[in-house]
Amino acid sequence: MSILVENLTKKYGEQKAVNDISFEIKTGEVVGFLGPNGAGKSTTMKIITCFMAPSSGDVRLDGSSIHSDPELIKKKIGYLPENNPLYLDMPIVDYLRFSAEVQGVEKSLIPSRIGEMIDKCGLDREKHKNINELSKGYRQRVGLAQAMIHDPEILILDEPTTGLDPNQIVEIRKLIKDIGKEKTVILSSHILSEVEATCDRILIINRGRIVADGTSDTLRSQSQGQELLKVNIEADPEKVESAVLGLSCVEKVTGVEGKYGWFNVQSKPDMSSRKEIFDLCVKNKWYLMEMTGLETRLEDVFQKLTK
Amino acid sequence: MGKIWIITRRELASFFDSLIAYVLIALFLLLSGIFTWLASTNVFFIGQATMQVFFSIAFWSLFFFIPAITMRMIAEENRAGTIELLTTKAVSDSQIVWGKFLACLILVAVALIATLPYYITISQLGNIDDGAVIGGYIGLLLLSASYISIGLFASSITQNQIVAFLLALAVGILFQLIFDVLGNSVRGGVGEILSYLSMSVHFESISRGVVDSRDLVYFASIIVLGTLLSQMMLSKRNWQS
Repeated sequence: MSILVENLTKKYGEQKAVNDISFEIKTGEVVGFLGPNGAGKSTTMKIITCFMAPSSGDVRLDGSSIHSDPELIKKKIGYLPENNPLYLDMPIVDYLRFSAEVQGVEKSLIPSRIGEMIDKCGLDREKHKNINELSKGYRQRVGLAQAMIHDPEILILDEPTTGLDPNQIVEIRKLIKDIGKEKTVILSSHILSEVEATCDRILIINRGRIVADGTSDTLRSQSQGQELLKVNIEADPEKVESAVLGLSCVEKVTGVEGKYGWFNVQSKPDMSSRKEIFDLCVKNKWYLMEMTGLETRLEDVFQKLTK
Repeated sequence: MGKIWIITRRELASFFDSLIAYVLIALFLLLSGIFTWLASTNVFFIGQATMQVFFSIAFWSLFFFIPAITMRMIAEENRAGTIELLTTKAVSDSQIVWGKFLACLILVAVALIATLPYYITISQLGNIDDGAVIGGYIGLLLLSASYISIGLFASSITQNQIVAFLLALAVGILFQLIFDVLGNSVRGGVGEILSYLSMSVHFESISRGVVDSRDLVYFASIIVLGTLLSQMMLSKRNWQS
């Protein structure tokens, strides 16, 4: 089941929350929407799930459009909204049964589907409780269970790990990864490591537009450009700094604050200065203690794109 | 119909799981019981086997109770955000509204059924006009349905249950009292229109045991208008700007 988003725009008054976004998501992809708060991630999700209509543009799921067949699309999507709103006064099992019935799961299959979801989401010990008796982590699992109860082809999860503790985050991520093996998953987050850990593909959204699209590796290499080295040389720092800066391939040298003898060396575009630094040390009889290539972190890519 | 009934069942379960249903039914029985049997205008005092006393009390007590039932129906979902989960499942906005409407109506019907012992007792006391009793109950049901649909609309435009309650009462009092009073004091065509809008005129004619199409049209229009407006408020998220 592929999702085709065409020129989607959503205006709130004068402000454009989503501004002419287009992309395609293929079956089985796990895609992460990444962006600062208020970038338009949730709005895009709300439009895909037919919660609100766009001001213009269209979303198609295998040919059916959100404008003409919302019922059909809603059936194929499992949705976990931001903040995970649930009917707190209901017992877990009743709530899952209600979700299954509303989503049109065949009556005879409902008990087995509920059992499966309880297993998959690790709700077995809590299954007789009311939802308001559950901790946040377990509520999130109920949210996931209700989203998957009708075995949808597409799962849309809006910030699925906010407010969870580190252990719960790891568990939920693992669950999402497992689900992603069979289904198309879209999740949103403003936590980079999360998107990097769970998604095949990342869409960075800023101010209602897509500013980057690709795997975490391609995004990194796109923005990398220049080589960055971290070097530790045991010698008089001032001499070292001026000598390294004298090399033809080096563009910038900065001392690492608070660390004696450490430098960040930035090479000129498309050049490497590893060998030259080594030769320089040999010539001056300095000890080269360490030299590491710095990978551009996704954080840097993100900041660069969304500033 | 299937989807509507699923919504109705969930709402009913939530009425009966919380104390709402029991408190309302008990209060309703208590209030109507006191006035029918104990207060100064009771059946013994009138000396006739009639349920008119009960019907006129229920006419007012339902007017107050129904906004208390309907106030949370949509307002609470708006506040908690559960409306987003509900509307993104495979149900239409109209199914959601009608499901909630039906749940409220069933709760009121249960309360009315619980008053059947009053009828049985009174019918033992003398000759009771069965047609008037059936008419009275039908009248109460139609009146309740109208106020439920007004209450749902009030609930759909806010996130605050108290606002929903007061608004439902404010709109309700127009039909309950104000149109009637105005209709009696204003002459001519306007007065007639106002009288036609008054709930009590139609309720009284039905509870005499006469079912007139004018009355049915009146109740049906309020019900349809209220549910349509609630549905529009639910769909509003689609046409904001």
